Amino acid sequence: MSVATATEATIGHGPVRAGKRETAYPGWFLLPAAVIYAVLFLLPTISSLYFSLTRWTLFDATFIGFENFAQFFREPFLVKGLVNTVIYAVVTSSMKVVLGMALALLLTSRIVARGYLRSVVFFPVLVSTIGVGITFTVLMHPTNGMINEGLALLGVKGPGWLTNPNLALFSVALVDVWKGVGLATVIYIAGLVAIPKDYYEAARIDGATPWQNFWFVTLPLSRPATATVITLSFIGGLRTFDLIWAMTKGGPGFASDTIASVIYKQYQAGFFGLSTAGNVVLFILIAILVVPLTMLLNRKRGHE
Amino acid sequence: MKNRASVIGGLAAILFSFFVFVIPFLFIILMSFKDRQQASLRDFSWPNGFHLWDNLVAVVSTRNWMMVTAFVNSTIMTVTSVTLLIVFAAMVGFVLARRNSRWNGPIEFLILAGLMIPPAVVPTIWLLQGLKLFGTLHGMILIQVAYNLPFSIILYRAFIVTIPRELDEAAVIDGARPLDVFFRIILPLLWPVTVTNIVVQSVGIFNDFTNPLYYLPGNQNATVQLTLYNFQSQFNTSYNLLFTNILLITIPPLIVFLFFNRQIVAGMTAGAVKG
Repeated sequence: MSVATATEATIGHGPVRAGKRETAYPGWFLLPAAVIYAVLFLLPTISSLYFSLTRWTLFDATFIGFENFAQFFREPFLVKGLVNTVIYAVVTSSMKVVLGMALALLLTSRIVARGYLRSVVFFPVLVSTIGVGITFTVLMHPTNGMINEGLALLGVKGPGWLTNPNLALFSVALVDVWKGVGLATVIYIAGLVAIPKDYYEAARIDGATPWQNFWFVTLPLSRPATATVITLSFIGGLRTFDLIWAMTKGGPGFASDTIASVIYKQYQAGFFGLSTAGNVVLFILIAILVVPLTMLLNRKRGHE
Repeated sequence: MKNRASVIGGLAAILFSFFVFVIPFLFIILMSFKDRQQASLRDFSWPNGFHLWDNLVAVVSTRNWMMVTAFVNSTIMTVTSVTLLIVFAAMVGFVLARRNSRWNGPIEFLILAGLMIPPAVVPTIWLLQGLKLFGTLHGMILIQVAYNLPFSIILYRAFIVTIPRELDEAAVIDGARPLDVFFRIILPLLWPVTVTNIVVQSVGIFNDFTNPLYYLPGNQNATVQLTLYNFQSQFNTSYNLLFTNILLITIPPLIVFLFFNRQIVAGMTAGAVKG
């Protein structure tokens, strides 16, 4: 380091101003990224705090205080969207944790056709969400859909997956899990193979049952993977829009609306202030749910 | 004995995965082979004849060759924004990993904020209109760069830490300027993580539906994901065309998957071990 410091002064191209040594890591390297990020992401985010307090036509904004937010917590269909968003995020992320872990255990065990199974589980992650949504909308049709026709062969009368208001949100969540579980699985596989074999060796000597093996070795030592899966899928679940839009458009009625679909609907309807308030609500929701969650997940890891 | 159990378990898993994960894709393929009448039944049956080519021609030429425009637009959007992402994110990752300044804390906070905070849609549209970038491919590209920078920076910074500092110092001694050090020495060494970045971000940006829906309206601006959306009502009665369209836009990710599976998995699991 000292060698570099000594020579830096002598290599200046052109006159080197006193006190300003040339470095290999100039601050202006941050500039292109910083400008794009600040202008196109930070600026709209900060200004959304103001515009959410207005009645807004894009050309002029009338300040109306917290009226938009009051509306968000007053109108039943907007409250519904808020509740649905949390339900959706909890359901999808917990299913991804459980199924991702199970699949990862299966796919790291000595099973035949491991490569094939890994590929098949992972491929949906890369496919267009809209394509998946449309495909499953057709497959989930109450009378013509393949799923219910298959169930009929088994003598079961399938439900109206997307037409039953009590079920629609969960059907979309199920498709979300179908598409996203591959990501959770590969994250868990990476976490599982990083566990040193010594622990299993020690557990074997102590006569641990497979269940104890899982509960006392695998689960605690794969906590970084669990933290990643939960955080990623929980944030993804809260922000979800494209799958809902492709499958139900928030329907039937408002049964499967989430905040993100409400934001889009209000935007389309021209209620720009209300739409922006939706954005702020989503932002606050993510902040109050995800920040404690990550702190919790990381703190527990620190104790080990 | 153990061997037999693993074979039986494997076969059960294959059977189960076939029903859950393979059949939906087979369904897409079969539908795209059918003619309109048979496709309208929406059942899992063998096509009566080979109509894939007719369906492809119909999908591609519909609405004044909108599909071709969309593929061109999506390709431009993906290639340009990924290129910019690579260069800008690597520069930030390099400086962040090498310099210990008091700015590192705030910058890291902004990166995490970028990963978590949903973009404020209407204010962004308002801003893009002010900059005369709304509904243009340029604007869309810059948006993709802004939204995906945090993830790329994190990947790069983690990798740059593993490259010995002596390399840049030696180059400086030899009289290299910062840009030379970065582009000639550091960037080539980052190739493995650059490949990961390219594939992960390309798939994400190519598959992006929401942002083009908001920021890139209009038929002449359609991206590939929006063709499905635009065609959906039009193709409602012709499921063969709808599914041919789905098949068509699944091919690019499939190619990436076949050739770069390892890099994608590496990129997507980057945080899993260290946390």
